[in-house]
Amino acid sequence: MSTYAQKKGFGATVWDYLTTVDHKKIAILYLIAGGLFFVLGGLEAMFIRIQLAVPNNDFVSAGLYNEILTMHGTTMIFLAAMPLLFAFMNAIMPLQIGARDVAFPFVNALGFWLFFFGGIFLNLSWFLGGAPDAGWTSYASLSMASEGHGIDFYALGLQISGAGTLMGGINFLVTIINMRAPGMTYMRMPLFTWSTFVASALILFAFPPLTVGLFLLIFDRMFGSNFFDVANGGNTVIWEHLFWIFGHPEVYILVLPAFGIFSEIFATFSRKRLFGYSSMVFATVLIGFLGFMVWAHHMFTTGLGPIANAIFAVATMAIAVPTGIKIFNWLFTMWGGSIKFTTPMLYAVAFIPSFVGGGVTGVMLASAAADYQYHDSYFVVAHFHYVIVGGVVFGLLAATHFYWPKMFGTMLNETLGKITFWLFLIGFHLTFFIQHFLGLMGMPRRIFTFLPNQGLDAGNLISTVGAFFMAIATLILLYNIVVTSVKNEKVGNDPWEDGRTLEWAIPSPPPFYNFKQLPLVRGLDPLWIEKMEGKKTMTPAEPLGDIHMPNNSFTPFMISLGLFVAAFGALYREDYHWGVMVLIAGLGITLLSMFVRSVKDDHGFHIHKEDLLNDDDKGGKA
Amino acid sequence: MHVEDKFTAETWPAAPEKQTLEGKNKFLGFWLFLGGETVLFASLFATYLALKDKVPNAEHTLAKDLFELPIVFVATMLLLTSSLTSVYAMYHMKNFNFKKMQLWLGLTVLLGFAFLLLEIYEFNHYVHEYHHTFTSSAFGSAFYTLVGFHGGHVAFGLLWIVTLMVRNAKRGLDLYNAPKFYVASLYWHFIDVVWVFIFTVVYLMGMVG
Repeated sequence: MSTYAQKKGFGATVWDYLTTVDHKKIAILYLIAGGLFFVLGGLEAMFIRIQLAVPNNDFVSAGLYNEILTMHGTTMIFLAAMPLLFAFMNAIMPLQIGARDVAFPFVNALGFWLFFFGGIFLNLSWFLGGAPDAGWTSYASLSMASEGHGIDFYALGLQISGAGTLMGGINFLVTIINMRAPGMTYMRMPLFTWSTFVASALILFAFPPLTVGLFLLIFDRMFGSNFFDVANGGNTVIWEHLFWIFGHPEVYILVLPAFGIFSEIFATFSRKRLFGYSSMVFATVLIGFLGFMVWAHHMFTTGLGPIANAIFAVATMAIAVPTGIKIFNWLFTMWGGSIKFTTPMLYAVAFIPSFVGGGVTGVMLASAAADYQYHDSYFVVAHFHYVIVGGVVFGLLAATHFYWPKMFGTMLNETLGKITFWLFLIGFHLTFFIQHFLGLMGMPRRIFTFLPNQGLDAGNLISTVGAFFMAIATLILLYNIVVTSVKNEKVGNDPWEDGRTLEWAIPSPPPFYNFKQLPLVRGLDPLWIEKMEGKKTMTPAEPLGDIHMPNNSFTPFMISLGLFVAAFGALYREDYHWGVMVLIAGLGITLLSMFVRSVKDDHGFHIHKEDLLNDDDKGGKA
Repeated sequence: MHVEDKFTAETWPAAPEKQTLEGKNKFLGFWLFLGGETVLFASLFATYLALKDKVPNAEHTLAKDLFELPIVFVATMLLLTSSLTSVYAMYHMKNFNFKKMQLWLGLTVLLGFAFLLLEIYEFNHYVHEYHHTFTSSAFGSAFYTLVGFHGGHVAFGLLWIVTLMVRNAKRGLDLYNAPKFYVASLYWHFIDVVWVFIFTVVYLMGMVG
C-alpha cells in the first residue's frame, strides 16, 4: 500500500482525477473548473463594458447583448463564485476540524461532476442556437416569451448543477457535526469552518425552492404545463417568489464563507486571536437566519402592498446589525496587532471599506419607498457588484493566495500578487463607483446602448477603463500561477509562519490521509496554543494505527453524465423524434449507475500502521 | 465495532444503524436531506395553493367537483398502513430477525405498490372523465406536479426497498446494511407524512371548496 508515493503517467493522473473521492483533489477540480468559468464570465463582462464604452455602440447586437448579460450573471454566481468557494471549503474545512476526509467522499465527487456537467450544458447553448437571454433572474414573464432553446439550457443546466450544490451542502454539514477531532468543540471551530457550516445550512434550505422553480419552468417550456401562462390561469409572480426565496439566501451562501476567509486572514496576519470570536459566530448564524426573511425586498415594485414591503424593509435593514458587529470585530482584531501586509491581508484590509460601501447602498435600497427610484437602475448594479466583488471576489482572491501553498505546496509570488491586488482594487472602484451615479442619473439596468449627451458618456467610459484594469489583474494572477507552478519551490507545513489553525500543522500539500494521528485540540487556534508553549506540532489524540480510507469510483461521473444526456433529450423532445429516446436513455444511465453503486459493496481500504511509519518524510505527524 | 463483523441476536447492538462512523453519517445526512425535501414539498404546496382552481374558463372542472373521498380514503389507509409495517420491519431489524424484517418490508412494498396503482387509476379517471390534464389549466399543472412528485417519490422508494431486499436476501444483517435499511424506512415515513398533508390540503380542503 505504498504505491501512492509513485510518479504517475498523464493518463493515470487523468483517470485518478476522474475517479477521485479525496476532498483535496476534488477541491483542485472545483478550483480549475470554477476558475475556467470565472474567466469565461469575466470575458462576458468585458464584452458588456466594451459595448457600453461609448454611446450608440454596435460592438454586439441587442439580442446578443442580452445573451452575454444573462450568461455573465448566471456563470459568475452559479459556475464561478460558488464552485470556487466549494474549492476552498473542500480543501481547508476538513483540515481545520482535524478530519481525514468529508463525511461522504463519494457524494462529494458526485456533487462536483453534477456541477461540472450542468455548467458545461449551460454553456453549450452558445453553440446550439443561442444562450439564455432573460437575465440571470429569468423572470417568467420574460423567459416564457424567449424564443429558441436558450432558457431551456438555463433551466436544465442549473437544475443539474444545483443538485450537485445541494449534495455538497449536506456533506459539509454532516462532516462538521460528526467528524471533528477530539477536543474540537463547536466554539473552538475556526471561523471559516463556522461560515462553511452556516452557508451549507442555507444551501440545504434555499436550493429546493430553486429546484421547484426550475421544474415549473422546465414543465412550462418543454412539457406544456401552464404555471406561468396567465391565459390558462397561471401566475408569473410565483417564479419571482421561488427564485428569490432561493436567491436572497444565495448571496449569503456566497458572502458568509468569504467573511470566514477574511476572519482567518485578519487573525493570522495581525498575529492576534480574532476579536470577539463568540459574537462573530453569533453574527454569522444570525445573518444566515435573517437571510431567509428578506427575499421580497427584490420585489418591492411587484405590488405586494405596503404592509409586506414594510415588513421586508425592516427585516432587511436588521441584517446591517450583525454585519456591523463583524466589521468592528475585524477592525478590533487588527487594533494593537503586529500586522504583516501580505497579499491576502491587503485584500482583507481593502475588503472592509469596499464591502461597507455595498452595505450602505444596501440599506438605501432596503427603504421600500426609495427603492421605487433605484429599482432596475445602474444604482442596483453598482450595489450588488460592491458586495459581490468587494466581498466574495476579494475573498476568493485572498483565499487563492492564502491557501495556495496548502493546496499545491508552493507559494504564489508575493510581488506579482500585490500588483494583482492594486490593479484589481483600483479597477474595481473605477468600474463600479461611478455606476452609482449613472443609476441615479437614470441609466436603466440591462440596456444594450444609450444615446450621447445625456450625461452618461463619461461615466460609462470610465467604468469600461476600470474593467480593463481588472482584466489585466486577472491575467497577472494567471501568469503568477504558471510561473510559480513551473518553479515549484516546495514549502513546509506553515509557509506564512503565523498559522493558527490545524491545517498549518500538516505538510503542504497534506498526505492523502491528512493526519497520521488525529490531533488533540486544546482551545481556539490549536496550533497557535502549541506554538506558544514552544512546540512545533500538535499533540496526538490517538496512538498510531490503521487508517480507513474510501475507494475511488467512476460512478459519480457516470451518474452525472446520464443527467447531462437526459437534459438534451428533454430539450429536443418536441423538435426531434429521438428526443424522448435520449431522455429515457440518459435517465437510464443515471438510474443504472445508482443501482450499481447500491448493490456493489464498497468497504474502502486500510492504510496499515507499518506503511505509515515508513512514510515519515511525508510528515503528517498529527 | 466494524462493518464486516459477524453478529448473533445476542451480540447485535441496540442501535445498529449508528454503530459505525459511516452509519452515523448516513443517519444524520439523511435527516438533513429530508429537511431539504420538506422545503421542496413546501414550495410545491405553496404553488398548488396559489394556482388551485385557476382555470382558463368555466368549462373546466374545479377541485370540489373533481375529488371523490372513497378512493382517496383507501389510498390514504394503504399508505398509512405501509408506514406501520415499515416500523415493524425496523423493530425486527433491531432484534436481528432478518427473515421477519424482510417479510414486513415485503408487506410495505405491496401496500405501497397498491397505493401507486390506485393513484394511476385516479389520474387516469380525472384525465378521461373530467379532461383535467397536466396541460389543461394552471390548476391541472399544479395538481399533477404536487401529487405526481409525491407519487414519483413512492415509486423511487419502492425501487429502493426492493433493491435492498434482493441485494441482502442471502447475507442477512450486518452493520454495513443496517443503516441502509434504516434510512430507507425513514424515507418511507417521510413519504407518508407528505401524503397526510396532501390528503388534507389537496383533497379535504378541495372538497369543501
